[in-house]
Order: sequence, then C-alpha cells, then structure tokens
Amino acid sequence: MEGSSAEAALSVSANSIRITDVTQDGDVLTFAIASQKLNSSAGVCVFRMYEDFDWLQQSLFSEENLPGLQGIIFPPLPSKALPSQSNTQTKALKQLGFLALGQDWQSYCKALEFYLQQVAAHPTLCKCKALDSFLINSESPGKQRGRKGIFNRLSQAVEEMRKESHKDVDNFFQNERNKNTNLAASSKVATEKLLDVVMTEQKLAVACGHFATSLHLCVNQDDAAAVAFSKVCLKLSDVIEAVKRNYEKVASNNLSTLGLGLDLESRYQESEKEMLFRRTCKLIELETVKKGTEKAKANKREVMEAFQKAVEKEFNLISSVAKQEIERFHSSRVKVLKTFLIGWCELQLNTAKEFAELYSQHLEACRNMYSE
Amino acid sequence: MAANSERSPPPFPDSEEPELLEDSDEGADAFTGTSISQMDSPSPDTIRPPKDIFSEPPEDISSDPLSNINSDPQKKVDAKIPSPSSDEADLFSEPLDDDSEVMSSPEVQNPLPDLLNEPVEAPKSGVLGGPPVHKSSSVKKAVSAEMFGDDDDEEELFKEPPKVVTKKPQPSGPAVDVFTEVKVKPQAKDDPTDLFTEEALTAPVPKPSASSSSSRTNGVHSEEQDLFSEATVELSLDSPRNDRKKDAVKPPVSAPAAPEASSSSRAPSKTLEELEEEESEDKFDLNISVTNPEKVGDGMNAYMAYKVSTQTSLTMFRSKTFTVRRRFSDFLGLFEKLSEKHSQNGYIVPPAPEKSILGMTKVKVGKEDPSSAEFVERRRAALERYLQRVVCHPSLLQDPDVREFLEKEELPRAVSTQTLSGAGFLKMLNKATDAVSKMTIKMNEQDVWFDEKIQDVENEEQHLRKLHVMVESLVNHRKELSGNTAVFAKSVAMLGSSEDNTALSRALSQLAEVEDRIEQLHQEQASNDFFTFSELLADYIRLLGAVRGCFDQRMKAWQRWQDAENMLQKKREAEAKLLWANKPDKLQQAKDEIAEWEAKVTQYEREFERISATVRKEVIRFDKEKARDFKRQIIKYLESVLHSQQQMIKYWEAFLPEAKAIA
Repeated sequence: MEGSSAEAALSVSANSIRITDVTQDGDVLTFAIASQKLNSSAGVCVFRMYEDFDWLQQSLFSEENLPGLQGIIFPPLPSKALPSQSNTQTKALKQLGFLALGQDWQSYCKALEFYLQQVAAHPTLCKCKALDSFLINSESPGKQRGRKGIFNRLSQAVEEMRKESHKDVDNFFQNERNKNTNLAASSKVATEKLLDVVMTEQKLAVACGHFATSLHLCVNQDDAAAVAFSKVCLKLSDVIEAVKRNYEKVASNNLSTLGLGLDLESRYQESEKEMLFRRTCKLIELETVKKGTEKAKANKREVMEAFQKAVEKEFNLISSVAKQEIERFHSSRVKVLKTFLIGWCELQLNTAKEFAELYSQHLEACRNMYSE
Repeated sequence: MAANSERSPPPFPDSEEPELLEDSDEGADAFTGTSISQMDSPSPDTIRPPKDIFSEPPEDISSDPLSNINSDPQKKVDAKIPSPSSDEADLFSEPLDDDSEVMSSPEVQNPLPDLLNEPVEAPKSGVLGGPPVHKSSSVKKAVSAEMFGDDDDEEELFKEPPKVVTKKPQPSGPAVDVFTEVKVKPQAKDDPTDLFTEEALTAPVPKPSASSSSSRTNGVHSEEQDLFSEATVELSLDSPRNDRKKDAVKPPVSAPAAPEASSSSRAPSKTLEELEEEESEDKFDLNISVTNPEKVGDGMNAYMAYKVSTQTSLTMFRSKTFTVRRRFSDFLGLFEKLSEKHSQNGYIVPPAPEKSILGMTKVKVGKEDPSSAEFVERRRAALERYLQRVVCHPSLLQDPDVREFLEKEELPRAVSTQTLSGAGFLKMLNKATDAVSKMTIKMNEQDVWFDEKIQDVENEEQHLRKLHVMVESLVNHRKELSGNTAVFAKSVAMLGSSEDNTALSRALSQLAEVEDRIEQLHQEQASNDFFTFSELLADYIRLLGAVRGCFDQRMKAWQRWQDAENMLQKKREAEAKLLWANKPDKLQQAKDEIAEWEAKVTQYEREFERISATVRKEVIRFDKEKARDFKRQIIKYLESVLHSQQQMIKYWEAFLPEAKAIA
C-alpha cells in the first residue's frame, strides 16, 4: 500500500461489482468477482477467497493516510463460512444466520457482494489502494499483512464491557449510542426471528414433500373404487406439492430480501457500534490524558499538554468524521431497508398471486374430477 | 317359519308411504280392499291359491339354476320402488295397516306343524300373491310408467307374470332386501333413475336376516317403535338360525336355499359392475350437525352435552328438523348397539370417537384454557363426522336405535360405556378375534377378491398411518410457523418503535401488523390441516379397523362352516362304522345326527356366503365413500388454502404502498 497512490480513485464502478460464481473445493470457497472499468466497457474478473476479503478489511482498518479513520463506519464483512462442516448446520446457522441458508452459498455471495459495493461506494474507503488491487489484480493480494489489524476483536470484547457505559461528553453521541444499542439489539432479534420463520417454512416445505411422496404409496389400480381413490390421492399429492413449492418460494423470498436486509442492517448496526466504541475509547483516552496533565509536574506539563492537544485534535477529528458517517449511514440504511422491503413485498405478492391462481386451478380440477 | 318371517316384511316398508303420500288414489283403494280382505281371513282359501301357484313352479324353477330368475324378479320388485311418486305407489302404501297382521300371521301359522313350507307362501299371498294378476299388473304399470313412460305395456305385462310367480319360491332374502331399501327411496325421490340403479344394486345381495330388516321397518311406527325394536332384536338373534335349521332339515325347503346361495355368490359380481355405474352422488337429504358443546354439572361428574340437530326431508322421521341433546356416552352407546347388531353380519359399523380420559379430565377440572377448548372442538367435530357416517350407511340409517338417537327426547343412560370406550371396545374385540383367528384359523381363501382386499386393507392401513404421521408433523410445523411469525411480528414492532426515521418506523409497525394477520392465517390453516386431513386419516385408520373386523367376522363364519363340515364327516364315518358293525339300533340316531349336521353345514355355508356378500358389498361401499370423502376434503382444503392465499394478497397489497412511502 504505497502512500503515494492514496489519492487515486477506484477505477471500477461500484455498482457493477458482482460476485458471479462461487466454487467450493473442500473447505475453501473461491468467489469470482466481476466488475466494470469506469473509463471503458472492459470488465474485470478476479478470483478471491475469504482470506482475501479479510485482508481487504484489515487493510481498510489499518489505512494509514486517512484522517479520522476511527470515525468511519466500516461496511461489515460477513464472518467466515466453513462449508465442509455441513454436519454442524446449527453451528453455521448460529454463526452466519441467513447467510448460511440458500443454495450454493447464494446469500453468502450476495452479502459479500454487498460488502464490496458498500466499500466501493464509500466516499473515503473507495480511495483505498487495497480495494483497487483486490478488485483488479489477478494475483491474490498478500495475506501476511492481514493479521495485524489495529482492532482486535477479542480484547475489544473485554474492554467493551468496561467502557461501553462511559458517559459521553456530547449529547449527540450519547443519544446515538443509546439508539444504536437499541437498534442493534432489536434488529438482531428480528433477524433471528425471521430466520426462525424461514427455517420453519423450509421444514414445512419438507414435510409437505414427504406427505406428497407418501400419498403416492396409496396408489392402487386394483379396481374401480381403488382407482378413484388413487386419483384422489394423486390429486392431493399434486396439491400438497404445490403447497410445498409455495412455502419454498415464500421462504426463499424471505431469505433473499428481508432476510438479507435485516442481516445487513444488524451487522451494520454492529459496525456502527464498533465505531462509536472506538470513539468512546478515544474519549476515555483523552480524559485520562487530561487528568494526567493536571496532575503532571511542571517539567512534564508542557509535554503532556502537547500530547493532550494532539489527542484532543484527533478526538475532534474522529468525532466530526463520525458525525458525517452517522448521517450517511442513516440515510443509506433507510434506503437500503426500503429497497429490501419493497422487493420483499413485491416478491411475496407475486408469489401469493401465482399460487392463488394455481390453487384455484387445482380446485377447479378437483371439482370436475370423476363426478360419476 | 323362517320364510314366514322373511316374507312378511315386504309390506312394512310400504307402510311408511301412507305417511309420505297422503293422497289416496282409486287404485290404491282397490288394492287395500283386496289385501285387507285377505289379511282378515288368513283362512285356508286365501292360502290355497298361492299354494297352488307355488306347488308347480318351485320344483322346475329351483331345480334349474335360478340365476336369471333371481335377477329378474328383483328388478321387478325394484321397479315398484320408484312408483311411490306415481299413482300406483299408493297401492303399496295400503299394506301398512296390514303389517301388524302380517306380523302376527306367521305366528298363527307356526303352530301348524307340518305345513312349514306352505305357510311360507301364506303371508306373501296375502300381500303379493293374493291378487297375483293385480299385483303384477300394478308392478308392470309402475315399471312402465317410470321406465318407459307409456302406461300400458301389454307385452311387458305378459312377460312378467310368470316371473312374479317364480318370485315366490325364491328364498325371499333378496326380496326382503329390496323392500328395506325401499325406504331409502323416498329421500331420492326426485331422481328416480338414480334410485333405481341403487335398488338394483342392493337388492341382489341377500340381507343378513329377515327379522332384522323387519325390525327396521317396524321402527317406522313411532308408537310401536320400542316394542317392536325390542322384539325384533331378539328375533334377529335366534330366529334366523332356527329358521335355517328348520329349512335345512326339510329337504324340500333346502332346495330354495340353494338358489339363494347361488344368488348370493352371483350377486357380488353383479354389484361390482353395477356399483361402477352407480351414481355416487345419491341425493342424501339428511344433514346432521353436532353443535353447542356445553358443560353439564361440576367436578368429576361433569360431562359435555352436545346439541344434535337433524335436518331432513326423509319421511322416516317425524319432522323435518329436530334437535336433541346428547352426551358423549350416548354416542358410545349408539355405537355399541349398532356394532352388536350389525358387525356380526359383516357390516362396517363406523367406530365412535375414542374416549379420552386425559382430555375430558382437563375439561372437567380446567377453566377456559385453550387446550381444553381445542379438545372440545375436536371431539365435537369427531362426533359430527361419526353421526354423518352412520346415517350415510343405508342399512344403519334404518336401525331404530339410530332414529331413536336422533329423534327421541330422552335416551336411557348408556351404562356399559362408562369404563370402556367404543373404540377401546372395538380394539379389544379386534385384538381378541385377531389373536384367535391367527392362532386357530388357517383359512385357505378361495375368493381371490377377498384375498387381495384383505391384503389391500392391511397395506392401506399402514399407508394411512404413515400419512397420518406426516400430516401430524405438517400440522405441528404449521403451528410452529404461526408461533414464530407471531414472535417475528413482535420483534418487528420493537424494531419499529426504536426506529428514528418516522416513515420507516411506520412501515415497520405496519409490517408487524401484517405479520400478525399472517400468523392468524397460519393458525387457521393449521387447524384446517388438522381437521381436514389429520382427523380424516385418523377416522379412516379406525374405519379400516372396522373393515378388518368384518373380514374377521367372515372368517369366523367360514370357520364355523368348516367345523360343521368336519363334524359331518365324523358323523358319516361313525355311521359307516355302525353299518359295518351292523348295529341297526344306533343307526337311526346316527342318521339323524348326520341329517342334523348336514343341515348345519348348509346353514353355515349359507351364512358364510351371505356374510361374504355383505362384506364385499360393504367394502365396495366403503371404498367409494372413502374416495368421495377424500375428494370432498381436498376441495375443502383447497378452498381454505386459496382463501388464505387471497388474504395474503390483500395484506401484501396493503403493505406495498407503505414500504414505498419510506422516505
């Protein structure tokens, strides 16, 4: 990451970033990422593994020449998927939530795609060299750098407990922190509950499938009555099959729209929380420095004051970046949620109409069935 | 005597017609006159003429394979059935007044020791044979009126009379049948052709016992109902057998028995074909609903009483609508009465809902908690389905107990059911017979149809059990889904309340409402699934148990027959030994014994044939019912699914603008 190229804007359009394919090789998922050059019609396609995404995220975290970096709400990167542990389905569900569902990691890919788009659309982060090289270089970017991010989640978790309740000096941030805590919690709960709903819908679909299949066992061609009964059974089997497809459709609608939306929302809230936490940490640091300066002896006072100023400046910078980021985040998340909600509603509406039509056809057929 | 009692019923069914059709026509009057005069004088002269008729034809006719005769006369008799709607119908209505006399007439004749086969004709002659020409012509007219439209079809007239005569020697079993069926007719009056086919179907199959059918017919007279039902039940228990024994003992009478056997064995194949043609939508005008479950009493003595409302245009009932209050044990009592009377004859008696001590205790102890409300509703629905199944059965509908159950204000308390529920009883019965039959009876099935059917029923039971498990899990998943949707709705509401953006917050709370409604839909669907499929399957699993029960009855009849055969064999060997040993003094006794056992063999064989035919008919009927029932349920299910889908569309359509309004 050469500092000189920090100003270079991203050379691909953010909206064109797509994850077009995913291949699984044992435990490793490889994603094909396609994007469109800004100044030409040429497309770029690269292959990346999760480690590369992680490297990108860490690079963003440790971006050096960005002032107020800690005030940025980083687009959340989904946690790592472990495809080979299919037997630990419940574990994967716990870890990934919605992203573990869907065929062939579709929703996981969608989430990663959305992550990349968000990074690329971010006014500050898009200038990051790491992103450009991630999207364009056919070589896999170095992995060795990934590990030394400045934010260690583990230590953070411990610190969080202590510092989260720290009173803010700024009312705006205090409010934001309270709201964020609420929203993060409730969006997480909503996501989990929707996940339950989707899981149940899938189970229901499976149960319908079993029922439909078992109905075929009742088919018997021995005599007229049996044939009539068999016909009824087959018809019922068709109907149940339709119900099954209905639920599959509804479940996948839920998954692909509202599910992903809520999942994203809850992860974004977490990300905002992390940002706010970073700022709180800085605030605490500033306060301790201030205390230190007051207590400091005269000979050290000057040094301390200079240090305090530097910290204060940094904190103010972070705060101002954070304010912008929060504003941006609010407007964008409402837009994102809106699109997901509309998309969801339309899909469900279409599905409902489609199946209402199908059911009425079945009903008609049933009424006309063998009316001897 | 046997024939007497069997013959006598014909007038009864007709007897209700007067109640139905009050109009008395000239033709009717004419007939009454004659019939009554004959009835009044059961003296030799009326008996004579029929005797003459009988004396000649029987031999020749019964000697050759009555096959075509069997079928024909029945049709002739059937032809009368639609007639009620025509003027001639009233002809038949008159005998009503006579039936008590006819009933008594057999008894009068019984004393006549050696006339046994003559009296057989006597009652018939009174009703049918007396004015044979009249009769046949009236029948003819009825037939022609109904079937061909033109009133006097002379050719027909001429064709028929001989058959009418041949009808008499015939074993009467079928005839009785036809008449019992007559009662079902009025309900379908509007569709004569339909009726007709049905009669044709049912007629050929010999009914179990004349007396039981007579009991049904007797029941029509509501005042005498109790007396008669009592009397007839007893009759049904012992008289048929006694009759048969007597029949068998007399060689001349055993001749008619043979044709019956042949007719019964022939009949099923006929019914099979005809059943296919049968119009399955018999206009069944009898609606029974069980409503208003109500807790009566307190504590552990409390019980649930249900309102049983019947709506019908069937004339066998006193009024068009009536309502009685019944408690659960009354239903079980009804089942036990029916099962006692009819299952031994190979009828599929629909099992009553099972007694649930746990569920009922909850209801007794518990306040208004949802699980006990669910239990009560479930039981209510089960009872309703049970009654509907009972009255759907043409023979059970005729049972006086059924009518009493539906109509009578107060029922004697059913006692025996208190400890043993109907289903439990049935289960025990089945288990016992199963165990016995498995151990002792190695029936080599000659009838392929039964062989396959028994197998089918067993397979089907397994399949249905499997399906039932599937549906149960389906219902559970649905309930789970409804629960989860409710929780999701709540969490969305929470999310909405903590949302800053007003439009988004509003949309989210709207969404919460939508999800709440969807939860309701899921809940409704869950109970729909439960009642349309789960309960249906549970019912049919138990009904299949009843079906197996009637196969077992048939097997028992077979076993009895085989035992008798073996015994006969032994007796014959004993006789041979005696002959060889030259002991003439014991020879006579042995001969008597052989005769006795021969009679028994014939009787048991006939019983077996009869029960086989009944079972066969019942199973076919059951299969048809089943297909129809399932079809009905599917339509119901589809309607409910469609309904909830349309609701869903409404909800989404209402929500979409909300989502779009988010700024």
